[in-house]
Amino acid sequence: MSSPDQVGPAAPVRADLPSPTKMLKGRTVYRVVWQLHTDVLVGYCWCGASHEDIDPITLWEWLLAHPDTHGDSRTDSDAPDPEPELVDM
Amino acid sequence: MPSWPLNQWYVAAYSEEIGDGLLGRTICGEPLVFYRTGEGDVVALADRCVHRRYPLSRSHLKDDQIVCGYHGFTYDKTGVCVAAPAQKRIPRTARVPAWTVREQDSLVWVWIGDQGLADTARIPRAPWLDSPDYTVVRGMEPLKARYSLLVDNLMDLSHETYLHGGYIGTPEVAETPITTEVDEDANVVYVSRHMDDAECPPFYSKSTGIEGRITRWQDVEYYAPCLYLLHSRISPAGILSPEEGPDDQAFHVEVTYGITPSTEHETLDFWMVSRDFALDDEKVTEFLATNNHTVVMQDVVALDLLEEVLESEKENYQELSINIDTGGLAARRILAKLVARGEGKTAEAKTVAAP
Ligand code: FES
Ligand SMILES: [Fe+2]
Repeated sequence: MSSPDQVGPAAPVRADLPSPTKMLKGRTVYRVVWQLHTDVLVGYCWCGASHEDIDPITLWEWLLAHPDTHGDSRTDSDAPDPEPELVDM
Repeated sequence: MPSWPLNQWYVAAYSEEIGDGLLGRTICGEPLVFYRTGEGDVVALADRCVHRRYPLSRSHLKDDQIVCGYHGFTYDKTGVCVAAPAQKRIPRTARVPAWTVREQDSLVWVWIGDQGLADTARIPRAPWLDSPDYTVVRGMEPLKARYSLLVDNLMDLSHETYLHGGYIGTPEVAETPITTEVDEDANVVYVSRHMDDAECPPFYSKSTGIEGRITRWQDVEYYAPCLYLLHSRISPAGILSPEEGPDDQAFHVEVTYGITPSTEHETLDFWMVSRDFALDDEKVTEFLATNNHTVVMQDVVALDLLEEVLESEKENYQELSINIDTGGLAARRILAKLVARGEGKTAEAKTVAAP
């Protein structure tokens, strides 16, 4: 594991990650790829946008907030989701 | 508000558990009684007699009807009371609710929520459970822990290395990066960990006969809230899945869990291990049954303990999430969404039904 001073929030976190293999075929699939020894997670939205973080909670928050910028592209979904939020159960 | 999603299918039993008798089981806080009619259909009724609340599961089955074991109120398969002791008049309100059930893939599914909303097309599939190409061992353990703890446990296989070392865990499991995917529309979480050169844990070396290092793939597919699939692929190191054609150099094990909330602090843990090799080898069957039961019990002990800790700490406990929790966090979020949506649907249906 990298120590926190190697990869911190202030440091650039881009790591050399393999492109993710697609597993789910749905229309709105979020993807998070993690490569060990970097501690970096890269999240891909279903629109193609990506974002990096070293904290899974912050990364999910970004991914789930992100589609707000997609305009109306999800309104064809028959059951609109309630506000996305991360829960600590 | 319950912690589980309403208006969902849940695994209530194995098909083979429902035969001649009455089976009582609490699913999502509902005490239910299950039985099979002469025609082979599974029936689920509320497990409480309308007269003095005697459990119908402790009663008698006669001609597809339940005769209450206390004073003899008799219910047909729709829950209507058709006979009361020593009198002709049966009160119009004498009926117990009936639940929608469906058998598929050797599992009995029950729809918990508004019965008018049940849609059998939405039951997730696990076809290997009654396929001639697989041999299946299975069991069920009741947990004294909330179901979200079992979801957490299964979504993060890194715990194999520590809790199940010597069985299914090896160092590589906790050391291999993971890819997580979430399908927002289908409510599926997929967590994938591919180890290309790994130690072979005894669970697989003894059942497959592979000696030496292996390629070990774990692909978790969680259909929230109730069905968990772990597609496990094991082959001698270096043998990867061919781009085309059958993957016949590898051993495949389908680990399946039904994660069914029973009460707020109890869960039914249905576990199944299906394999596509050594189909008729009784020794392998026996080994996988015994070993997997041991592994399941290691989790049961840990989760029961965790539940005690959570209950004693009330609402204020703090936890910390790291990279291995990415899939578990996604599962929690989907469950929270389904809980909110399930409540909404039931409220909506009630409003519409109101005069
Ligand atoms: S309690 Fe069932 S008949 Fe009296
Ligand atoms: Fe996007």
